[in-house]
Amino acid sequence: MPYRLNVNGAPVELEVPGMRRLLDALRENLGLTATKEGCGEGECGACSVIVDGEVVDACLVPVCQVDGSDVRTVEGLGAAPEQLSALQQAFLETGGAQCGICTPGMLMAAQAYLDAGGGPDEGDVREAIAGNLCRCTGYTKIIDAIAMTAEGGA
Amino acid sequence: MTITTRPPRTAPRPEAPVAPLRAPAPGELGVGSARAYPLRREGPAKLNGTALYTDDMAFPGAWYGHTVRSTEPHARLLGIELDPSFDWSRVIVLTAADIPGENVVSLISDDQPILVEDEIRHQAEPVALLAAPDRETLRHAKRHVRLRTEPLPAVFDPLLSAQEFAHFNLAKGDVEAGFAEADLVVEGEYRVGHQEQLYIENNAMIAVPRPGGGVTIHGSMQCPYYVHKALKRALGLSREQAVIIQAETGGGFGGKEEYPSIIAIHAALLAQRVGKPVRMIYDRHEDLAATTKRHPAIVRSRWGVKRDGTLVAQDIDVVMDGGAYSTLTPVVLSRGTLHAGGPYACPNVRIRGRAVATNTPPNGAFRGFGAPQTEFAAEMQANRIADELGVSPLELRRRWVYRAGDETPSGQVLRESLGGEEVLERAVAAADFERLRAQTAEARAHRTAGARTAHGVGLAMAWHGAGFTGSGEVKLASVASLELTDDGRIRVLTASTEMGQGTKTIFPQVAAERLGVPVEAVDIAPQDTSIVPDSGPTVASRTAMVVGGLVIKAADRMRAQVEAATGRPFADSYADYARERGTLRIDQQFEAYPGVVFDDETYRGDAYPCYGWAAAVAEVDVDLDTAEVAVRRVVSADDIGKVIHPVLAEGQVEGGTLQAVGYATIEEIKLEDGRYLNDRLATYLIPTSLDAPRIEAILVEKPFSGAPHGAKGVGELPMDVVAPAVVSAIHDAVGAWIHDLPATPERVLAALAGIPASPPPGISVARRAAADATAEANLEAPPQGTDPAPDRPTDPQPMRGPYNE
Repeated sequence: MPYRLNVNGAPVELEVPGMRRLLDALRENLGLTATKEGCGEGECGACSVIVDGEVVDACLVPVCQVDGSDVRTVEGLGAAPEQLSALQQAFLETGGAQCGICTPGMLMAAQAYLDAGGGPDEGDVREAIAGNLCRCTGYTKIIDAIAMTAEGGA
Repeated sequence: MTITTRPPRTAPRPEAPVAPLRAPAPGELGVGSARAYPLRREGPAKLNGTALYTDDMAFPGAWYGHTVRSTEPHARLLGIELDPSFDWSRVIVLTAADIPGENVVSLISDDQPILVEDEIRHQAEPVALLAAPDRETLRHAKRHVRLRTEPLPAVFDPLLSAQEFAHFNLAKGDVEAGFAEADLVVEGEYRVGHQEQLYIENNAMIAVPRPGGGVTIHGSMQCPYYVHKALKRALGLSREQAVIIQAETGGGFGGKEEYPSIIAIHAALLAQRVGKPVRMIYDRHEDLAATTKRHPAIVRSRWGVKRDGTLVAQDIDVVMDGGAYSTLTPVVLSRGTLHAGGPYACPNVRIRGRAVATNTPPNGAFRGFGAPQTEFAAEMQANRIADELGVSPLELRRRWVYRAGDETPSGQVLRESLGGEEVLERAVAAADFERLRAQTAEARAHRTAGARTAHGVGLAMAWHGAGFTGSGEVKLASVASLELTDDGRIRVLTASTEMGQGTKTIFPQVAAERLGVPVEAVDIAPQDTSIVPDSGPTVASRTAMVVGGLVIKAADRMRAQVEAATGRPFADSYADYARERGTLRIDQQFEAYPGVVFDDETYRGDAYPCYGWAAAVAEVDVDLDTAEVAVRRVVSADDIGKVIHPVLAEGQVEGGTLQAVGYATIEEIKLEDGRYLNDRLATYLIPTSLDAPRIEAILVEKPFSGAPHGAKGVGELPMDVVAPAVVSAIHDAVGAWIHDLPATPERVLAALAGIPASPPPGISVARRAAADATAEANLEAPPQGTDPAPDRPTDPQPMRGPYNE
């Protein structure tokens, strides 16, 4: 029996072992390589995706656990690949993405925060992305981007 | 001239702004959108996930590679045994005997083998290579390889090492006479440990066989031509047979300067044998366990001052631990030695630097490249002297900081681009340093026994030599090219890589500015050695200054040539020129900066063409129960010559500042038997958004006349300055000086108790015998010389950083 889930709004069937990591299923079975692996043990957040509204580390979630779930990845953030969402555009404008490897996970953590009604308060934003490591930015411009989007009512 | 870009957020740039890459529609974005600079060129691809990092690239039929590594710090390799009960028919195994070229990782010295031949010199050293068509076969295969070894005595303490990689001596004036004049002499020994670059993308290489015996490498790297040189030599390939292509690279910080050469060679050896692409993708454990770190250092320092604060003598002794092979150690030591006196004029100086070998994994390049270690010691000395004299550390620095006409310990007379005084004044003004210092002193004086937190403020300065040390740039003779193609496109060709800092954005920006065309009219060629010239490595904060300077000179030549031919402005005529005359290519080679001379033999002269200058004020809270240090705010003022792109430049300052906060407070590698114990991200901690202070970057411009745009680099400078500011703030809070980094709770508590913290950072302890024997007995005892669990991280008892030593 394949696992059935929705990925970025599209129904997907996965004929994989149940303990296969969601990260590998996304990257290798579905070709959605935007989600990155940084540590493989849930420390860095580079593989953050949104499952049924919650941010999870896709390296720690087996496929069997997301049967029937809605999974969102960075590929599904913009209305079209060439069209950045307000959050992505804010990252671009503020300089919130440098090397870019933490960016997909950071965006998903931020998106979940915004979806839950998060505001521009700096402390709240810091808390929301505390599970996502960035080594380039010092976080300042990432926080600016998220706060800016929250202010804009995105 | 000076500009402050943060805060306020919307400071105007004084000179001609460039058109934005894509003008935001009115009302599209809120505050912050109006800064009129090109948006990051590859930013959209990084944001929508289409940017291809190495592991994102699919090569149908590719095999998977694995490196069999040593599990001892020093041993004779007697044999590599393959378990005969395992089916090896679908696995390729390579050893040193299979290397077609020289078994040498080409860098400065030829001491590091690609694979061990007979002597293992450090833990996690590559000994053999495996490849299999699928991960499952590979996973089983690596459990059936066993190294037969005979242990040899290992050296872990650099002070006991008999093998020296390099030494440098600097002398100026008469040090003994200087100390004779001094009213106060302050001495100290400062020790700093390893630091991991911790780019979030692990090292990764894919090798693809080329027709005719060559290999194409796609990988995560800073320096395509370093990989090219090393690969040619190892595999005996011609220039054309080795093609190196940088994939999108998820951070480098020096950690992808030299090590990628080894991985590329490994992948290429396997690919040539298999005849198919081979993926060599490190996981975090392997990356942490095996790749280079920042050099640990021991700096002994003795400075003499007069009662009025005049600095009269500096005597400094630097020992760096290079690990088992020399890698870039001589150059790291050289930079560390040249920066050891700090940004201060002193008439009598003696600096002795020495780098030695130990049986630990080789240390290598990391942002700052030797300077953060020695400048930490220098700033500690400055702050301790101010404390002893009872004067403000600001006043002391105002007196000492280099000014025009001053001479450095290498005999360089500083003439221009000197931002020391200005960064100092800008940082202390923005941070309100003296008022905070008065407040914390007041709070200290009235602190009650029930106080739970102590607030402190600290100051530090730094200088950072711009570009390569000494005659490095002249010897490198980099080339950057600019091309006007016959279809009317303008293209920048350099080997300078993008790894987050913005290379692909600023090169088109500066070229477009000089040509008078919109930035969208200028493309950037891929970092592919079959396409771009060797513009040197992407290191040493040299990209904007040196290679950017070459791009500008090439643009000026192109513009002049086109305008001379067409008699019209470049922007209006270049398309016609291209159509009528075909491709125009300008190759611009580096020429020595006028008047900059360094003698490698005597180690005297202009060590750098110019210097970047930084000052930082840090504020900390120290928990008086747990001694945990929280860095709350850092103001960093950095003179970078010329700000090309404020958003990107601030990003460098902010990111470098946070790496330095990690260096100062939490980042430490623990070693046992020469093996890194905390070789996972669960145990090697870097700052999260909750650990990060508020960072305010102030960019100061004191242009360098040798570069056409005046830029002198920004990447490393912020890394040099912040750690001593944090440690000074801890002293301001609790009254204890921490001499060893990082300032963990254990070290702070030890300093408060007046006892030495043990062990010092960076030193391996021998395997714990008694106390841990029981714990170890509970683990399945692995056979000698065999990786006990090649799939699993090796630390049996995960440590939570400094909290449960």
